[in-house]
Amino acid sequence: MASKKHVATETRTHEDEVSDTYSDNGALARVLGRGAEQRRVTVNKAYKMFVGGAFVRSESGRYFQVKGAGEGLGVDPETVNVPRGSRKDARDAVLAAKNALAGWSGRTAFNRGQILYRLAEVMESRKEELRLSLVRSGDSDAQATAEVERAIDRAVYYAGFCDKVHALVASHNPVAGPHFGFSIPEPMGVVAVLAPERPALLGLVSTLLPVLVGGNTAVLVASAADPRTAVVFCECLATSDLPGGVANVLLGQAKELAPALAKHREVVAMDAWSESSELRATLEREGADSVKRVKTHAPLEGAAWHDERVGQGLGWIERFLETKTVWHPVGV
Amino acid sequence: MSHQITKPAKSVTSAAAKDVAPALDFGHAWDYAPAPEGTDHVKIQPRYELFIGGKWRAPKSGKYFQTISPSTEQVLSEVAEGNAADVDLAVKAARQAYDKVWSKMKGAERAKYIFRISRAIQEKARELAIVESMDGGKPIKESRDVDVPLAAAHFFYHGGWADKLDYAFHGRRHRPLGVAGQVIPWNFPLLMAAWKLAPALACGNTVVLKPAETTPLTALLLAQIIEEAELPPGVVNIVTGAGETGAAVVAHPDINKIAFTGSTAVGKRIQRAIAGTNKRLTLELGGKAANIVFADAPIDQAVEGIINGIYFNQGHVCCAGSRLLVEESIHDVIVRKLKDRLQTLRVGDPLDKNTDVGAINSKMQLDRIKALVAAGEEEGAERFSAPCALPQKGFWFPPTFFTGASQSSRIAREEIFGPVLTVLTFRTPDEALEKANNTMYGLSAGIWTDKGAKIFWMATRLQAGVVWGNTFNKFDPSSPFGGYKESGFGREGGRQGLSAYVELE
Repeated sequence: MASKKHVATETRTHEDEVSDTYSDNGALARVLGRGAEQRRVTVNKAYKMFVGGAFVRSESGRYFQVKGAGEGLGVDPETVNVPRGSRKDARDAVLAAKNALAGWSGRTAFNRGQILYRLAEVMESRKEELRLSLVRSGDSDAQATAEVERAIDRAVYYAGFCDKVHALVASHNPVAGPHFGFSIPEPMGVVAVLAPERPALLGLVSTLLPVLVGGNTAVLVASAADPRTAVVFCECLATSDLPGGVANVLLGQAKELAPALAKHREVVAMDAWSESSELRATLEREGADSVKRVKTHAPLEGAAWHDERVGQGLGWIERFLETKTVWHPVGV
Repeated sequence: MSHQITKPAKSVTSAAAKDVAPALDFGHAWDYAPAPEGTDHVKIQPRYELFIGGKWRAPKSGKYFQTISPSTEQVLSEVAEGNAADVDLAVKAARQAYDKVWSKMKGAERAKYIFRISRAIQEKARELAIVESMDGGKPIKESRDVDVPLAAAHFFYHGGWADKLDYAFHGRRHRPLGVAGQVIPWNFPLLMAAWKLAPALACGNTVVLKPAETTPLTALLLAQIIEEAELPPGVVNIVTGAGETGAAVVAHPDINKIAFTGSTAVGKRIQRAIAGTNKRLTLELGGKAANIVFADAPIDQAVEGIINGIYFNQGHVCCAGSRLLVEESIHDVIVRKLKDRLQTLRVGDPLDKNTDVGAINSKMQLDRIKALVAAGEEEGAERFSAPCALPQKGFWFPPTFFTGASQSSRIAREEIFGPVLTVLTFRTPDEALEKANNTMYGLSAGIWTDKGAKIFWMATRLQAGVVWGNTFNKFDPSSPFGGYKESGFGREGGRQGLSAYVELE
C-alpha cells in the first residue's frame, strides 16, 4: 500500500488535489477517472415522520425548515425541509398504534426486552450519525457524545427492565377469605408522548422507552427544535425489529398536535413535557372528557436527564401501567 | 323507631310468574317471620354539625338539610350544609394539622391512631350497621357482614402500612401530599369513608371529607369515633352537604389531592375543573360490568353469582355485574333459574335480618331506575320483575332483568345503578370478549367456567380493573380496586393504592 501511494504522489495533477480535498480516497477517485468537475454530488435525505413502521410525509403537505448550525457536517444542506404533521397525521398514527397494540402487548416480556436491546445495538452502530445530528442542531461535540452514549445506555437499561416489572409491582393479595387473589400490571394501551424540546435525543428516548417496556404502543411528538435527530433515531427503531406501529413519531408543532392527541378517545394516557404551563393545562383539560391519564411535566434541567436516579426508573414505567386484580375461590 | 316490615309474598299471580310456575311453585314456603334488628340501642342525634378542627361547628351557611330513611321516608336527623366558607375553614384546619402535627409524626405513631379507629368501628359495629341500613336502605345483613367489617379492616390494614412505607415504593423516597379533599358516594357510605381516609392518613396526609347528602350519618358517627380516638384536631374534617359543597372542596386552592368516587359524568367535570392546577387526582367512577357465563360453568353457582352480582346492595354498586353475557346454549336454562331465584329474594325492611334486597337509596335514584327500565321496555326488551309485594312507603324497585335486549340498547350500555340486569348472549369466547369490552367503562368483570385456562385467557383480555373468576363482588383491603378506561384511574387498597397519597422523588 505504501509504495502504491508513493507512486500516486509522483503523478499528482491539480485535479487530483481538488479531488483529494473532497474525496475520502483520492486514489480510488483517480482509478475511476474522476476529476474536480465530476465531484460526487451527495444524496440528501428527505426527513420524514415515522408512522406504522414507514417513513411518511404529512398528509397535509405542510413542512417547516430547519437550519444547520455547523459547516461541513455530514450530508445535509444548510436548510432542510421537515414535514409539519397535522391532526389527521396524529389520528393516523393513533390508528397505527392501536393496530399494533395486541401484537406488542401480547409478546412475552422477554421478547420485548430482546427487541429494545436490539435497538440499543443499532443506536450504538449509528452513534456517529446521532452525534453529528445533535452537533448540527447546536450541541458541542462533548455534549453530543455524552447525550448519545447516555441514550444508548438508557435503551439497555429499559431493555433489561421488561421482564422485571411484574416482580416489582405485581402482588399476591392475602384476602381474608377462601380466595386466591393477585394483581398484575397491564399496559394501558395507546400512550401519547410530547417529548421535551431538549435534550432532543435523550429526552425522546427517556420518555418513549418506559412507555414501550410495559407493552403500550406510543404516538410521540418529537422536539420541533431538532426534528432531524428524532428521524435518525426513527431509523434506529426501523431497523431494530420493533414491529411497525409500536412507536410512531410525529414532527411538527406541539401546540397543534398534542391537544389533538389529548382529545383522541383511543389514546388512553398522555405524558407531556412542555415549558408552557398553558399547554400543559390545555392537555389536562382536553383529556378529561375521555378520563385520560394525563401526566404533565415541566421539563427537567438538562443534567437531570443524564442522572440515573432522576431521568429513568421504575416510576417511569409504572405511570403507564394499569393494575388488574383477579380473584378466584379456593376449594375442592 | 318503627320500620316497615316485609309483607309476606303473596302467591304469585303475575303473567310472567305463571310462565315459571310449572318449574317451581314457591307459594308461602319461603315466607319468614319478621326478624327486625332492634334500634333501641342506637342514638341518632336530632341535628349534626360540621366536624372541623376537632370540634363540632355550626355551618357558616346557617343551613341544615334533612336525611331520611329511604325505606320509611321518616326524617332521621338534620345535618349541616357546609358552604365554601365552611370548606375553607376545614381546609385551614387540615393544613394546620398537616404542617404542625401529622406530617411530622412518626409513621409508627400515626399507625396507632389508625388502629384505634379500626378497633372503635369493631366495638360500635352493631350501631354503625343499623344506622347504615336506616340512612341508606341497604339490608342489615349486608351492612353488618360487609360494609362495617370491611371498613374496620381497611383502617386496620392501612394502620399497618404507616410505618412501613419505606418498603412500599421500592426504596424510592416518599412524602405525603398534604391536604386531601375526598368526596364519596351514598352506596357504601361508611366503607367509602374508610377506603378514602385510611390510606390518606397512613401516608401522612390530612383530610377534608365530604359524605354524600343522602347518607351522611355513618360518616358523622365515624367523626365521633375519630374524636373519641383523640386524633389530633384537624387531621380529619368532615363537611356534610350536597354537590355544591363537594365542588367547593374540589375548587379549594389549598388542597393538594382530590379523591372522588361517584359517577363518570361528575368525575369528568372534576378532572376538567382541576386541569392546570397541581392537584393530584384519583377517580373511581361508574361501571357496566359484564358477568360472563360459559356453558361449562357450574350453573347453580353461576346463578348465585349473577344474583349476588346485580342485586347485592340493590344494584347500587359501581362494579355490579349488570350485563349478563350467557353462552347461547344455556340461555334458556339460566333465564328459568333466574326467574325461580328472583322469587325467593326477600325485598323489604332493610333492618330485617332476612331481607335480601332493601330500599332504593333515594327518590331521585328510583326515578332514574324507572326511566331506564321504561326505556328498556320501549326498546323492545322483555322484562321480568320479581312478583314481590313492595312496602307502601319508601322507595322500592323489585329485582328485575331484561332478555332480548340489543347490545346497543340503553339498558345494555348505561349504568342503571339499580337492581336491573340485562341478559345478552354470545356463541364464542371471542364474541364474549368483544361484547364485554364494548363499553366506555372498565371497572370489573366476572367469568364463570370450570376451565382454568379459559378463565386466564379471558381475564388477561378483559379491559377491567377487577376480574372475578367463579365469584363476584368480593372486596378486601389488601386487594387493589379501581378501573380501566372511563371507570376512572388510581387504585384503592393494597400496596398499589398507597401511591395515590404520596409524592415519590
